[in-house]
Amino acid sequence: MSNYRVPEENYYTKEHEWTLVDENVATVGITEYAQNSLGEVVYVELPEEGDKVTQNSAFGVVESVKAVSDLLAPVSGTVVEVNNTLLDDTGMINDDPMNEGWLIRIEMDTEKELAILMRAPDYKKLIAEESK
Amino acid sequence: MKYTVLKETHEKMGAKMVEFAGWYMPIQYEGLKQEHLNVRENVGLFDVSHMGEIRVRGDKALSTLQWLTTNDIAALENGQAQYSLFPNAQGTGLVDDLIVYCIDKHKDYLLCVNAANKDKDLQWLLENNQGADITDESDQWAQIAVQGPKACELLTRVLGAKFNHIQSFHFENFDYNSETLIVAKTGYTGEDGAEVFLPNSVAVAFWQELVEKGQDLSVKPVGLGARDTLRTEMKYSLYGHEIGEDTNPYEAGLGWVCKPMKKDFLGKDNIVKVKEEGLKSKLVGFQMVDRGIARADYELFSFDNKPVGRVTSGTPSPSLGINIGIGFVDIDYSAIGTEILVEIRNKKVKAKVVKTPFLQKS
Repeated sequence: MSNYRVPEENYYTKEHEWTLVDENVATVGITEYAQNSLGEVVYVELPEEGDKVTQNSAFGVVESVKAVSDLLAPVSGTVVEVNNTLLDDTGMINDDPMNEGWLIRIEMDTEKELAILMRAPDYKKLIAEESK
Repeated sequence: MKYTVLKETHEKMGAKMVEFAGWYMPIQYEGLKQEHLNVRENVGLFDVSHMGEIRVRGDKALSTLQWLTTNDIAALENGQAQYSLFPNAQGTGLVDDLIVYCIDKHKDYLLCVNAANKDKDLQWLLENNQGADITDESDQWAQIAVQGPKACELLTRVLGAKFNHIQSFHFENFDYNSETLIVAKTGYTGEDGAEVFLPNSVAVAFWQELVEKGQDLSVKPVGLGARDTLRTEMKYSLYGHEIGEDTNPYEAGLGWVCKPMKKDFLGKDNIVKVKEEGLKSKLVGFQMVDRGIARADYELFSFDNKPVGRVTSGTPSPSLGINIGIGFVDIDYSAIGTEILVEIRNKKVKAKVVKTPFLQKS
């Protein structure tokens, strides 16, 4: 139940996305917990390079057979890279959500927005709470 | 929330449980796709104890049901089952869809109705009752569906050779652990098999016996998720999606269960008028041409951007590996091969009307 990987270096959102920051670029994906509750991902919709995204606004969609879930941007900025291999291989989001299944890279407008994201200990508490 | 007697059994088998129509039900076990394919290739077990059972008895049972359903129940002999509809009083839509089981011709019928509609159905039946004795038996019955190409082999192992003699849309009583089961050759998957009505007290034992005796047949439990994708591949209607309080049965492709020439029924004139004036809209199956999954209530458009209908159900098809959908379209766009557009999150993507059932059995 609580065996989901929650790497310390990431930031997390309550919508179960992870964000790994390198300089001013944030790599974004969904967490192991998210892929597990979603079930098999059968469709993903991602923005294009150059698109602007806004913190807490939808930048894309993941769909399982039964559910459609918005992907919310953890930070505001410009999309600089998109993991387009996922469009043909949505299974990667289930198989390796924290690495190969990353979704987009965002050049952040400001690092200040990171302050409202969760760190690993708080995120672990959140998923423990939601797993009850 | 209501619980079926199989709740602990599901939890032990690793089910993910959710609330559905006020019931705590398994949505999936090992995975929707595997469960779906196992029903198409082997055999699956479904706990459908949430379904409502309403008993209609007495001298006025047949006349009451003839008035309150669209199909011709007078044609049913003992041991026969029939798919039917409850029309609303104005004839502007449907109260529910159901299966009628003829237990004793003229005077004893069992109705299997949707869980979400059971209370509404019961109230409506009582309001429009023509003198029958109507009782809610939902709490007494568990229901297990056994579906798949190996379902009949499994059921024969558990119930004996007598099971083999039941024809499609017929049922028989069976003694099981001193109780009586009603075993009907009906289903909601397009596969061979049966739906079994059981007194609650024997449901767990029956389920476990099916699991044990079906090991070499690859029997697996199936959740409500795969139940929905299985019925969608067959274009079977689901109340709240293809049919509802504003659905005309002829438009929904259910004219075959309306018998206005044989009998009078509630709302008949208005229901038939829609057909006589020429159908304006029709329920069709479509296949996505572009990427994307059509979902219920998405809008459908023509290529010149005219709204032409709406989606009622849509899903990836595990058996076919394509994305399929069901929806109402203006009659001019209902021909097989017609290309239409589905609006998915403000973007219009291509689909085309195809022959149904999506899954064509060889």
